[in-house]
Amino acid sequence: MKKINYIIISVLFSLLFIVLYLSLGNEKIYNTQDLVGKKISEVEINLFQSNETFNTKELTNNEFTILNFWASWCGPCRKEHPNLVRLSKIKNLKLIGVNFKDEKDNARNFLRENGNPFDILAEDKNGKNSVNFGVYGIPETILIDSELKILKKYIGPLNIKDVNEIRKIVKK
Amino acid sequence: MLSKLGILFIIGTLFTSLSIIFLTFKELKVIDNLIPSKIYKFSLFQLFFSISSFFVLLLAYILSDFSLVNVYENSHSNKPLFYKISGTWGNHEGSLLLWINILVLFSSLFLFLTKNSDKSFKILTLLFQNLLIITFLIFLLTNSNPFSELFPVPLEGLGLNPILQDPALAIHPPLLYIGFVGSSIYFSAALAALISKIDSQSFAISIKSWVLVSWFFQTVGILVGSIWAYYELGWGGYWFWDPVENSSLMPWFVMTALLHSILVLERRIGLYSWVIVLSILTFTMSVTGTFLVRSGILNSVHTFASDPSRGLFILSFLVIMVFSSIFIFFKFSPKENKKYSVFSKEAFIIANNWFMIFFLGVVLIGTLYPVLLDTITGSKISVGPPYYNLILAPFLIPLLFLMTSGPNYKWISNEVRSLFNLVLVLSVTLFLITFFLIKEKNFLINLILFFSIYLITQTLFDFYESFKKKNINISRIISHLGFGLLIFFIYINHIFSVENNFNLKLGETKKTDYYTIKFVNLEEQSIKNYKSIIGYFNVSNKKNFTSKELRPEIRVYDKPFTITYEASINSNLFSDTYLTMSNISDTDVFNIKFQVKPFMNLIWLSVLLLSLGGVLNFFKRKKYEKN
Repeated sequence: MKKINYIIISVLFSLLFIVLYLSLGNEKIYNTQDLVGKKISEVEINLFQSNETFNTKELTNNEFTILNFWASWCGPCRKEHPNLVRLSKIKNLKLIGVNFKDEKDNARNFLRENGNPFDILAEDKNGKNSVNFGVYGIPETILIDSELKILKKYIGPLNIKDVNEIRKIVKK
Repeated sequence: MLSKLGILFIIGTLFTSLSIIFLTFKELKVIDNLIPSKIYKFSLFQLFFSISSFFVLLLAYILSDFSLVNVYENSHSNKPLFYKISGTWGNHEGSLLLWINILVLFSSLFLFLTKNSDKSFKILTLLFQNLLIITFLIFLLTNSNPFSELFPVPLEGLGLNPILQDPALAIHPPLLYIGFVGSSIYFSAALAALISKIDSQSFAISIKSWVLVSWFFQTVGILVGSIWAYYELGWGGYWFWDPVENSSLMPWFVMTALLHSILVLERRIGLYSWVIVLSILTFTMSVTGTFLVRSGILNSVHTFASDPSRGLFILSFLVIMVFSSIFIFFKFSPKENKKYSVFSKEAFIIANNWFMIFFLGVVLIGTLYPVLLDTITGSKISVGPPYYNLILAPFLIPLLFLMTSGPNYKWISNEVRSLFNLVLVLSVTLFLITFFLIKEKNFLINLILFFSIYLITQTLFDFYESFKKKNINISRIISHLGFGLLIFFIYINHIFSVENNFNLKLGETKKTDYYTIKFVNLEEQSIKNYKSIIGYFNVSNKKNFTSKELRPEIRVYDKPFTITYEASINSNLFSDTYLTMSNISDTDVFNIKFQVKPFMNLIWLSVLLLSLGGVLNFFKRKKYEKN
């Protein structure tokens, strides 16, 4: 009995230590850039203005789509907003805004003050849906084509360089 | 200069430790009952060298000697003196030196203070303790040397992370280190007890004071860390189930279990093997926690600069430590006679131990599971408060009940006591009054509130009884009372906490259900090493027409560039009003987080009461030993 205990305990500790050893070599920073080139998953998200939902499958009708995750409480979102307004003027590009963990009144005020560049406005009240897009912080912007393939992923606020890059991709 | 001196003292410590290992090893074969005075002398020298090395580093920080990489990276000549001093242990290398100092200090104290004990037990404890010291000295010298030199000498340092510039945080690491590094001495003693086969009672008596000391410091250390998080992090919470917090809580559970089971062992009733397992487990948990924090495999609010090579070293040490302990335990494990009756004090203490081990298991799994899952399957998850609250809360009920009734049973007796008595009637009445005042609907929370009230009433009753009878255990009463109050206030705080988030411009007013918050003024100030933006807010309570002024701050430090948000807290015994503001860039709008948290000070006081019991027990023991 004593021997069996001895072996069981030793084996258990060995397994634990092996896993801990392996974890040392792991990449610690959560990187979602490798999602580029993959298709976005099919997700149902709530629309901002109504109680209806919107399925990402419908995006196949658009030539190019931008998914932008934002909130009124997020400082950098305010900064990148003029660039989204610039992008909204491109014809074959549709903009979808996902309002992230926000209060409706504040979000409405934000758009009233800064303009609404979005063709469709969706919301993710508790931040759970955004995870399906590989989003873990905002602002984040994803550019997809009509096959729902991710062409580009911008983590952090969009700058004017990004806008020009997107223009180029869309024009081709 | 200081760098060379520091390294010299470290080498001195290394040399004396090696000598002690050599001497104790030789002494194992000598059959007499006298420890040679050489060992005492070397131990004194070892203590001198290690404390001196620490003071050299401290001096380098005070003098801002940037020829030391460590000082350059973590200090700045502009910093207030107090934070220059605390900067010494506010980084990995310096804190490792503090580790070694505590290992050495406990080694010497054990040698000098433990009297009337078996010689081979003492010698072996010293041997194991010094093996630990050597390992950490090698780690320090090869991987994390705080005395590494820098040339050319920079004119100015990089500065200490501003969120660490806080009085509570400055004293929090040393307290915790005394707690969990101090547990090394009963780890060594447990291995020594197995090999030297000393009887269970002498073992219990020789380690009890050490367990009490480390438990006390661990408790106070956790408390101070919690207070820091509450004031500094600006989230209004005091416990986040963060991996680093868990790392300090895990040894605490084992220490608490140990503290109780030693009582049984002291009276020769049994549990010898179990106490030894717990002694080994405490330090193992401490090292595991250190590994998780320093290797950087976990993400946490505690930003320790991490480095895989450090992780590898601590992991290797942990592997050797655990497997040698398992080997020694199974080779030498003592035989014992187990005879427990169900309604005896020892049965309740064993129950306490199972609860502590269960809590330990829950926290350990919650902490390790994300790491294991990430390594094995590659998926990322995080385990947060809902997991801990869901699993731990229901088990508080039986724990509180056992704490209420257990202590009044006698040792080795089997006398069943009636549960229906005056205290119970009083508790039910008090609970009903509470219930009508707070009108909480959650059944589980009500049960927890009732059982905490029951525990509080019973311990107060015991306190009253203790004046009549002389032999009642006052330290137990104080600690259990503290725990009952802690649980009670945590839940009351949870029920009545109010939180509001909104945006305000200067001059605007926000009305919530019970409060009106007015943004009165904004002021900019330049202080020694940071620039401060202070907001003046007027908070008035609609219910009782009182009003308070709150002044949250945004601090912009330049070395290193960091922005911190200082909460403004108006605190009294019954309630804290808590306000933080943060700017939204490029606008004149500020994001305001307004919270009202009742009984925060009583939560802190309850933990102090809990730890005070430990102190009382320690001094009672000293008095008892003298007589």
